Amino acid sequence: MPWGEFKDTAAERRLFQRRAMAMLILVLSLLSILIARMYQLQVVEHEIYTTLSDKNRVQVQSVAPPRGLVYDRNGMLLAENRPVFSVTLVPERVGDMGQALAKLGQLLSVSEEDLERFRRRLEERRRPFQALPLRYDLTEQEIARLAVHRHELPGVEVAAELVRYYPHGELTAHALGYVGRINRQELQRIDPVNYAGTNYIGKSGVERFYEKLLHGKVGYQNVETNARGRTLRVLERQNPVPGEDIELHMDLRMQRLAHKLLDGRRGAIVAIEPSTGGLLALASVPGFDANLFVTGISVEAYRELSESRDMPLFNRALRGQYPPGSTLKPMLAVAGLDSGATTRDKTIWDPGYFQLKSNGRRWRDWKRGGHGWVDLKASVAQSCDIYFYEMAVEMGVDTIHHYLTQFGFGEDATLDVSGALSGLLPSRDWKRAVHNQPWYPGDTVNLGIGQGFMLATPLQLATATSVIANRGSWSEPRLLKGVSGDRSVEDVLPQETHQSITLENPDTWEFVVEAMAAVMHGAKGTARGAGRGASYRMAGKTGTAQVFSLAEDEEYDAEEIRERLRDHAMFVGFAPVDNPRIAVAVIVENGGSGSGTAAPVARAMFDAWLLDYAETEESVVASGTGVKDWWR
Amino acid sequence: MAVSELFDQPENESLSGPGRRFWSVLHIDPILLFLLVILVAGGLVVLYSGADQNMAVVKAQGIRMGVALIVMLVFAQLDPAVFRRWAPWLYAAGVLALAAVLLFGAGAKGAQRWLALPGLPRFQPSELMKLVVPMMAAWYLSRRFLPPRLRYVAVSLLIVLLPMAMIILQPDLGTSLLVGASGIFVIFFAGMSWKLISAFFGLVSVSAPLMWFFVMQDYQKQRVLTLLDPQSDPLGAGWNIIQSKTAIGSGGLDGKGWLQGTQSHLEFLPESHTDFIVAVLAEEFGFIGMVCLLGLYLLIILRCLYIAALAQDSFSRLLAGALTMTFFIYIFVNVGMVSGLLPVVGVPLPLISYGGTSSVTLMAAFGVLMSIHTHRRMISA
Repeated sequence: MPWGEFKDTAAERRLFQRRAMAMLILVLSLLSILIARMYQLQVVEHEIYTTLSDKNRVQVQSVAPPRGLVYDRNGMLLAENRPVFSVTLVPERVGDMGQALAKLGQLLSVSEEDLERFRRRLEERRRPFQALPLRYDLTEQEIARLAVHRHELPGVEVAAELVRYYPHGELTAHALGYVGRINRQELQRIDPVNYAGTNYIGKSGVERFYEKLLHGKVGYQNVETNARGRTLRVLERQNPVPGEDIELHMDLRMQRLAHKLLDGRRGAIVAIEPSTGGLLALASVPGFDANLFVTGISVEAYRELSESRDMPLFNRALRGQYPPGSTLKPMLAVAGLDSGATTRDKTIWDPGYFQLKSNGRRWRDWKRGGHGWVDLKASVAQSCDIYFYEMAVEMGVDTIHHYLTQFGFGEDATLDVSGALSGLLPSRDWKRAVHNQPWYPGDTVNLGIGQGFMLATPLQLATATSVIANRGSWSEPRLLKGVSGDRSVEDVLPQETHQSITLENPDTWEFVVEAMAAVMHGAKGTARGAGRGASYRMAGKTGTAQVFSLAEDEEYDAEEIRERLRDHAMFVGFAPVDNPRIAVAVIVENGGSGSGTAAPVARAMFDAWLLDYAETEESVVASGTGVKDWWR
Repeated sequence: MAVSELFDQPENESLSGPGRRFWSVLHIDPILLFLLVILVAGGLVVLYSGADQNMAVVKAQGIRMGVALIVMLVFAQLDPAVFRRWAPWLYAAGVLALAAVLLFGAGAKGAQRWLALPGLPRFQPSELMKLVVPMMAAWYLSRRFLPPRLRYVAVSLLIVLLPMAMIILQPDLGTSLLVGASGIFVIFFAGMSWKLISAFFGLVSVSAPLMWFFVMQDYQKQRVLTLLDPQSDPLGAGWNIIQSKTAIGSGGLDGKGWLQGTQSHLEFLPESHTDFIVAVLAEEFGFIGMVCLLGLYLLIILRCLYIAALAQDSFSRLLAGALTMTFFIYIFVNVGMVSGLLPVVGVPLPLISYGGTSSVTLMAAFGVLMSIHTHRRMISA
């Protein structure tokens, strides 16, 4: 400050005061802006932010309904739900995914496959903030370790879910089918609302057919979560409606017996209760453990199953299409008698071969040298091929097709058996369409003994046998016996479509049944060994299906042919003759002869059902009563 | 002039009276002390909620506030002449310390702010500059005729800009803005002409784009972009603003109640006990709570401006006025950023946010104000 001048302190003070006033005005106006901003946020837009805040903290979670249980006819549990703990991640909340996965890898054993599947799901389209499972079926130790390190793992949760469990594993896999994770195609088919909390869907069998019934209705809960997605409390809950429990006609003991009888071999057994069409046993051996498929089978295990020569994944009972061979003869006998192609008394001379015209091709009888003079009954009992060649030619393919159609061949005649194939019932039109050839008389000859183009599944054979046992009246094969809740079985099952077979002379049924009884009990019956010593009368028919055809007149020695090339042994039958309670179809692949291998298997099934497991006529699932908890 | 009459009190009047003697001996301004204690106590209550009922945090903050109050009382004992004499030396030491920080400072979150000298506790020289820069500017300008000539304004601007630039380089935008503001306010109070002020703002608006391209760091640009459109990155940079606005807005007129704020307690609100604590208060005590808080701040500012107006010499006036306005800038920037009006810069809510350094500096400033107010001498008119 230069000398000689004096500061005008009063002026400086006034200057400061003016400036201070300006600042005060600035302060007041800026504070007003803040207050106005607060007013805008807290009063004017309060509703918007309240909604945002609630949306932040309250999440609607869907609650998967527990899947309905499956029982056999005696109340034995076939499919239940078991709590399984899995570790899931919410990608939006995890932060550094690589780091989180590395950390989880240290805490639990996470396989390459788990990681790969997880990454795949990560890239798929999904709902935001949806938890993606990384590994299933955690052990107690792993759950504990996760709990300890929980604070270091935002967005990582241990989730408990009910997962399908099949306590009888292999026994029921083919009959029940199984559930598995919902895949992309299924995702487009299902109702996204009802399946919001569901991870599993029926993939095959009963699980697939009754998916709607078993699934139930989704529930909801409003939960309060923190910013890391951790559920803190449930605010409101609407419980899911559990899926309906169902009861099958199946008898687990019969199913187990069927598996035991076929143990070590490949084959199928179908047992039907003729009066109801209920499937008592539906066995395809070898089976597989359906539990493997529920949470996702490993590639390795799947390859082992799918590449096995025994084809355990192949459901022979529903999808194995075999030439029915001689097991078709009872149905053909019905056709021959009713169409007038033959009579009960007509006898023929069987020289051991059949020719359409002299010097033409010779169709051999299975018995070298032939059966001599035989009538229809003897031809069934001894399985004379020549009689049926002649009868078939007499009927013609159209008549045969007409009758066999009524027995359910060439179609899936089942009500609720998912995945059943329809076999092949040849006709002129079919051959023209598929092979672009006319129907030759020789084709008819082959068809006369169930060979040639004709194919049928064990289930179809059992069904046709059951129709004969019922003397022409139809009961379509079915699995469902009872359902909980307020719906009746009739509401749930598809409509029955087959009409009873009416014959010119209803007595024809008794004649054919007696002929089948002669197979078991006659002096020359092919299965008399299997029928011996029974306390009840049974009816049946043996058969063999050629795995490869032999040239005309070629010698046949089963011993020399490798086991895999041996004929399939087949048998159809029912018991007791007068009041049939069980009809059975048996096929043992490469089993050799129907009489030696397949018939004793059927006999064991008859004995078990008629003698050991005498039926108690009581339903375990009170059908249509709305009562469902009393037996639990 | 009606405006100036508000401050135009007889200089000796407030020095008399029986009650005044007691406080004058202790060099305490009871009104300011009372307002500050209410603010600090209320702040601890909000902090208890913002820190998710963590008593340890509240205790630590309580101790810090106690220390800060003692610092304030110590500063109040010193004569303003002491500050004036020491100002150039403090300024020189401060600039040296800032240079040291740039050369070998300790970092946190990608910015070097701390200086760890052997034998001394870690401290932020930039924080001290909030006091030293206005002191220096006031020292320089109070020696000139006021309003100052253009070249003195230029020199004092340099005095302010040097440390400001050094702090920006750390980089610490928030503190540098506060340091700069504290110095600029001195120049403004000294009587910088309105023409210059308008020219200054013109310069700022022109240089803003240049700052954007040459000075601002990526994270700072991101903050500005986020302010303009928080929804552009709702889970990343926009998260803080969306969540704090949601917290404030959902508080409504009277709030969700103490400890009942879902945004903060469910961890949606980030930094809920430090920079964003005002959102906790707004959520739990609503619009009414915010009006009370801002009202309390206004009372403190009014009291401080009153003290400044009564100050007896230019140095004290300029310093008191600038410190007061710096305090206000804290409030405006913090509440403005939490409510989405300003970009997110690291400025705490004064005397409420958890954290020691700024509280001590602020209390020291109030100590200076008390010193100015209680060291006045009887002047014969």
